[in-house]
Amino acid sequence: MSTQQTPHAAAPRQPLDALARLESEAIHIFREVAGEFDRPVILFSGGKDSTVLLHLAVKAFWPAPVPFPLLHVDTGHNLDEVIEFRDRTVARYGLRLVVANVQDYIDDGRLQERPDGTRNPLQTVPLLDAITSGRFDAVFGGGRRDEERARAKERIFSLRNSFGQWEPRRQRPELWNLYNGRHRAGEHVRVFPLSNWTELDVWRYIKREAIELPSIYFAHTRAVFQRDGMWLTAGPWFGPRADEPVEELTVRYRTVGDGSCTGAVLSGATDLEQVIAEVSASRLTERGATRADDRLSEAAMEDRKREGYF
Amino acid sequence: MGTTTQDLLRLATAGSVDDGKSTLVGRLLYDTKSVLADTLDAVHRASVDKGLSTPDLSLLVDGLRSEREQGITIDVAYRYFATPKRSFVLADTPGHVQYTRNTVTGASTAQLAVLLVDARKGVLEQTRRHAAVLALLGVPRLVLAVNKIDLVDYDEAAFEVIAKEFTDHAGALGYPIGSVLSIPVSALVGDNVVDRSAHTPWYSGPTLLEHLEQVPVEPDPHDAPLRFPVQYVIRTNTAEHTDYRGYAGQVAAGTVRPGDEVVVLPSGLRTTVARVDTADGELAEAEAGRSVTLVLANDIDISRGDLIAAAGSAPVAVDEFEATLAWLSDKPLRAGARVLVKHGARTVQAIVGELNARFDEQKLTTVPDPDSLALNEIGRVLVRTAEPLPVDDYAVNRRTGAFLVIDAADGSTLAAGLVGAGLPALSGPDAPPSGDLVSPGP
Repeated sequence: MSTQQTPHAAAPRQPLDALARLESEAIHIFREVAGEFDRPVILFSGGKDSTVLLHLAVKAFWPAPVPFPLLHVDTGHNLDEVIEFRDRTVARYGLRLVVANVQDYIDDGRLQERPDGTRNPLQTVPLLDAITSGRFDAVFGGGRRDEERARAKERIFSLRNSFGQWEPRRQRPELWNLYNGRHRAGEHVRVFPLSNWTELDVWRYIKREAIELPSIYFAHTRAVFQRDGMWLTAGPWFGPRADEPVEELTVRYRTVGDGSCTGAVLSGATDLEQVIAEVSASRLTERGATRADDRLSEAAMEDRKREGYF
Repeated sequence: MGTTTQDLLRLATAGSVDDGKSTLVGRLLYDTKSVLADTLDAVHRASVDKGLSTPDLSLLVDGLRSEREQGITIDVAYRYFATPKRSFVLADTPGHVQYTRNTVTGASTAQLAVLLVDARKGVLEQTRRHAAVLALLGVPRLVLAVNKIDLVDYDEAAFEVIAKEFTDHAGALGYPIGSVLSIPVSALVGDNVVDRSAHTPWYSGPTLLEHLEQVPVEPDPHDAPLRFPVQYVIRTNTAEHTDYRGYAGQVAAGTVRPGDEVVVLPSGLRTTVARVDTADGELAEAEAGRSVTLVLANDIDISRGDLIAAAGSAPVAVDEFEATLAWLSDKPLRAGARVLVKHGARTVQAIVGELNARFDEQKLTTVPDPDSLALNEIGRVLVRTAEPLPVDDYAVNRRTGAFLVIDAADGSTLAAGLVGAGLPALSGPDAPPSGDLVSPGP
C-alpha cells in the first residue's frame, strides 16, 4: 500500500463552496466530452471566459496535456494585445491552434464587409466551415447563461444540426449530471462548461486561481473615440470618422470581441481586486455596456444562435 | 469581497399556468438588485410597447421570441442571483401541462422547489401533480408560495386553508414536517418575496428570500459508501510523471481517502486507493461532488464506464431491475422497446421489458399494466440491460440511482429513469386513497 504523502500535500477537507462546485462541475463536463466524442475542439479568443475555460481544461486532464486543439475565429479586428496573449498562451500549454480568418473570406469574396464595418455577425460562416473541415463533433464555448436571456435557455450540451443551427424548442432535457452527447454524422454538439457561472464568478475564480489575462482588461491609457455611446479604439474598422474626435482616456475592456462593436469602459481598476469591486457595483450588464451587436433587436442573440453563432 | 466562501443552493420553480411564476422570478431578481439598469430599460421599453403602465417583470425571464409573443414560458431557463449569504442557481420551469417534462428537467438537480398557487384558486391538480413529481425526483424541500394574496385582501383564513391542504398533501408524499413551508406572497406588488409585507401582520414566518438564504442545504451524502464512476483514464509519461495512470471522475457518493479498499465493477477486482490527485495537489480526502483523479495501488484494467466502489459495501451489478420512468418523448413507450441506458459514465443497450404500472395524473394513483407510456406520463417498468450495471436505489442516492433512456436511432433523450421498485411517493402505504386526493374534505 502506498499511502505516503508529500509534506505539502494532503489538505484537510473543506466543504465545497460555490466556486469549488462550479469548478468541479466544469471539470466533469470536460471529461465527459473527452470520453464520448471523437474530435472535440475548444473555441479560444483570448478573452477572459475562454481563458478560464482553457484553465479548467488543463486542470481536468492534469498531468496529461489537454487532448483537444483550440479554434479561434479571427475577425481581423482584434486588439494586438489579445492576439499576442493568445499566441503566448497556446505556446505555454503546447497546444495546437486552428485559426479561421474572416479577412480571408472577405478577400476572396465569400463574405462582404457590412456597411457599418461590424464583423461580429460575419464570424458564423468561417466558424461553421472550420467545424466542418476539422470534422469537429464537440465544440466547447465559454458562453454563460447569465449573459443574455436567450442564453439563459441554453443547455450545457446543445445539439446543432448539420447547418449548425440551434432549435430552442427541440432541446433535449438535461437531467442530473448525465449528459447525452449522441449525434448523427454532420451534427455537432456545442458544450458550455461555464453555463452556471456568472460574470462575478468568473472574476473571482480568475483571482483565486491567479489566471493571467490580456492587459486590456485592466485600466490603461488609450486613444479612443466615441460612437453610439461606446468608447472604441481607433483601428481598421471605419473609425474614427471626421466627426469622431480621438481622446486619450483611462479605460479598460470588460469583454474581448470584434473591435468594431466592442467598447471600452471608463475605469481606474488596475488590479483584480478593483475589477471585482467595479463589476460588483456596476449597474450595466457586460454586454449591455459594451456590445453593439446585441442591441440590434429584442431577439438579436436568439436569432444569431439560430443561425449557428455561439 | 474579493473571494467568496458562500455555498450554493440549486432551486426550481413549478406551478400552473398564469400563477405568476415568471413574475415571481422577475420580482426575486428585481428586488435582490440582480437586474441591471440596461436590462431593466429593455423591459420598460417592451412594457410600454405592449401598452402597460408598469413594467412587466415576466419579460425579464421569458427570453425566447415566441415566449414573449405568447406571454408564456416554453422552456426551462436558468437564472443566477446572489446575496451576501448565498449564491443561487434557479431553474425556472414552465407550467403548461405539455411541458411537464421541463419540470422533471428543472427538478432533477434541485435541492428545493418553489411551487406557486393562486390564492384565489388554491391547490389545483397541477399543484398536486408537480408536488408528486418533485417527491418522486427526491427534491428534499418544498416551498408553497401562495401568490396574489393581495387579490384576496390578505385574508389569513384563505391562506391557512391552502397551506394546510398543501402541507397534508406533501406529508402524504413523504415530506416530513419542517421540510415544507407556505408563504403568502404577491409577486406583482412584492409582498413577502424579498421585503416583508405590512399587509400580512398575521404571518410571522420568513420572506421567500430569507427562507432561501437560511434553509439548510442538504449535504452531499459523504457518509454513504463510496461511488466513483470512472469518466476518463488519464495516462501520461513524462520526466515528472513516469507511467502516470489515473482514473478521473467526480465522487458521486461517499468520501475517498488514500488507503481506502475499493472494488472495481464490473470486473470485481479489489485494490486500494494510493492517491487522490488534483491539479492543485494531493488531497487527504475528497467528498461527494468533487472532481478528482484516483491513482490505485495495483495496475488493473479499468476503463471509462467502470465504477470504483467501497469494498465493504459495493452495489451488485444487475442486468434486470425495476425502475420508474418519466417519459419525455412524443413517441410513446411500448413494452419490448429497444433503447440505450446511460448510467454514470456507461451507456448500454437495453430492453424495456414490461410496463407494470402507470401513474394516473388525474386521480394521483397508479394503474396496473398499461399498454404504453405517453409524453409526460410516469410509470414503473422492468429494464433488462445487455451488460450488468452497478445501480443503487434512487431513494438512497440521486446520482447512482439515476439513468437516461436514449433512442438508439436518433439519439434523443426519451426518459428520466429512477432505479427502484416503486413510486413510493405516489403509491406508498401512507398515500391516501385517490378519492381523497382529488377533492379533499375540509
